[in-house]
Amino acid sequence: MSSATTAALLKSSRQPTGASYRRHLFEKSIHAFLFVCAAISVATTLSIVVVLLAESVQFFFDVPISEFLTDTRWTPLLKPQHFGILPLLSGTMLIAVGSAFVSIPIGLGTAVFLSEYSPPRLREIVKPIVEILAGIPSVVYGYFAVVTISPFVRWLFPGTGVFNAASACIVVGIMTLPMIISLSEDALRAVPRSLRQSAYALGATKYDVTTQVVVPAAMSGIVASFLLAISRAIGETMAVTLAAGATPKLTLNPLESIQTMTAFIIQISQGDTPAGTVESRTIYAVGLALFLVTLLINLLAQWFLAHVREKYE
Amino acid sequence: MTTNANARRQRYVKIVSRLFASACMLATLSCISMLVILLWSVIAEGAAWLDVDFLMSFPSRFPAQAGIKSALAGSLWLTGLTALIALPLGVGAAVYLEEYSAQTRWRKTVQLNISNLAGVPSIVYGILGLGLFVQTFALGRSVISGALTLSLVVLPIIILATQEALRGVPNSIRHASYALGATRWQTVWYQILPASLPGIMTGVILALSRAIGEAAPLVAVGAMAYVPFVPAGPTDQFTALPIQVFNWSARPQAEFHQVAGAAIIVLLVVLVAMNTLAVFVRYRYGKRIRW
Repeated sequence: MSSATTAALLKSSRQPTGASYRRHLFEKSIHAFLFVCAAISVATTLSIVVVLLAESVQFFFDVPISEFLTDTRWTPLLKPQHFGILPLLSGTMLIAVGSAFVSIPIGLGTAVFLSEYSPPRLREIVKPIVEILAGIPSVVYGYFAVVTISPFVRWLFPGTGVFNAASACIVVGIMTLPMIISLSEDALRAVPRSLRQSAYALGATKYDVTTQVVVPAAMSGIVASFLLAISRAIGETMAVTLAAGATPKLTLNPLESIQTMTAFIIQISQGDTPAGTVESRTIYAVGLALFLVTLLINLLAQWFLAHVREKYE
Repeated sequence: MTTNANARRQRYVKIVSRLFASACMLATLSCISMLVILLWSVIAEGAAWLDVDFLMSFPSRFPAQAGIKSALAGSLWLTGLTALIALPLGVGAAVYLEEYSAQTRWRKTVQLNISNLAGVPSIVYGILGLGLFVQTFALGRSVISGALTLSLVVLPIIILATQEALRGVPNSIRHASYALGATRWQTVWYQILPASLPGIMTGVILALSRAIGEAAPLVAVGAMAYVPFVPAGPTDQFTALPIQVFNWSARPQAEFHQVAGAAIIVLLVVLVAMNTLAVFVRYRYGKRIRW
């Protein structure tokens, strides 16, 4: 950074005496304070890892890791206790995949429309509306699922319970739409105009240009947006807790009530499980699994995003 | 024969491209209609319950008497404390990364770390808050534990927005300031921060509106479902607007859903006000500066 070298020159020319010495000290302490601010973000990550690991290790003294990963029952609050995370994991995956069925077609379609088809003025209207969707708190989406979507799902499929994975999937799909739309649209708009013009010059129609040239060229950005949306769906808490219920179950049927990892953490947090017991430590083990899964997907998404920048810059 | 086949093919291509364009438009329309349906169902349920009594009453077992006084007070406490904690830390970290740190491995590590923190689910911050602030620091299930946890949730947002704003200040400003003999901090304090203030404020307001809507980390650090008092200090127990919405939505009775709708209207009005403020700051003060 050029400012860094300029400042280094200044520093070397300064005599450390009297007022200028005090100023030097002041500058040093400001520098130290700012360093601490930046270090806090690293400390946050470290403490997430330390807190989750420390409690999880104690949890795994009581519950063998093999049981945690392979048992197909999750009943920590009932006798006999079972601590198999698979039902929670399958619930989370059901929501992640189900919501992708809603968010990916609608999100990508909207992004293509905004970037390729929409007149600029319409785009100026639609973009803020999408941003409003992004700004609505998750608990409000949960309410929307309970009050509007769940009755609709039950009207479509009579016999479905109040709490079902389908309404959670739909609502989480709506929540993750803005992420897919804005990131995919950025990726589509970053495709150089010359690419489109060359395709038109070869006699391609608008449809050909969009589906054969622009979308493939923007593919890594689009995939990154899908991954981030899925990671967001996995970490989504309040809407899923309200809509999907609290029945840990190993099922792929979206019309049943299930429980996700996040919803389980909320269930334990709301109850009065005494601290230090194996039941209370479950949330750290589940939290660790959640943290690792989302971290992995986010890193993958960042890799894809870095890939986009390489291509056109 | 071939001309006939060609015409058929052309008609087919035309139909496909029309269909594709309509499908994309339909997707866009469905986005908009989802927002409309969402807002409509909130207003239809809640509008009738919204009055001064609702704002000034404590929660109750009876929907007709339930109110959001303690929730409003709790949200105000939390947002105020979160702003006090997260604003200096976030802006400080961004200034360090953009103005002080050289392009070293350490800077890259911090930067990568911040982008990853932005993607950590908020409930994980809640578990961290429970383990760190509530238990290890023994702050209990208090307003300050909640505010510290929310600060960690919004820190990455503030840092990334501030960095963006700082990068918008051209290097010529920095060089001019150094040329006049200013130290690095004088350059930051008198030139760079004032110039990037609109961008920073926009980011901070958006981060705080995220904090107002967060419920999951607060449930994990132990926000109460039923708080019949206004917190008097940072060590008191608390509830918050989204927590109250969550509790009422989770009940089976339709009346409580309507009360929840009314609370959501209040929450959304606050959020819209803050976002309007952010847009206003960006346009009003952003325009004055022309490089």
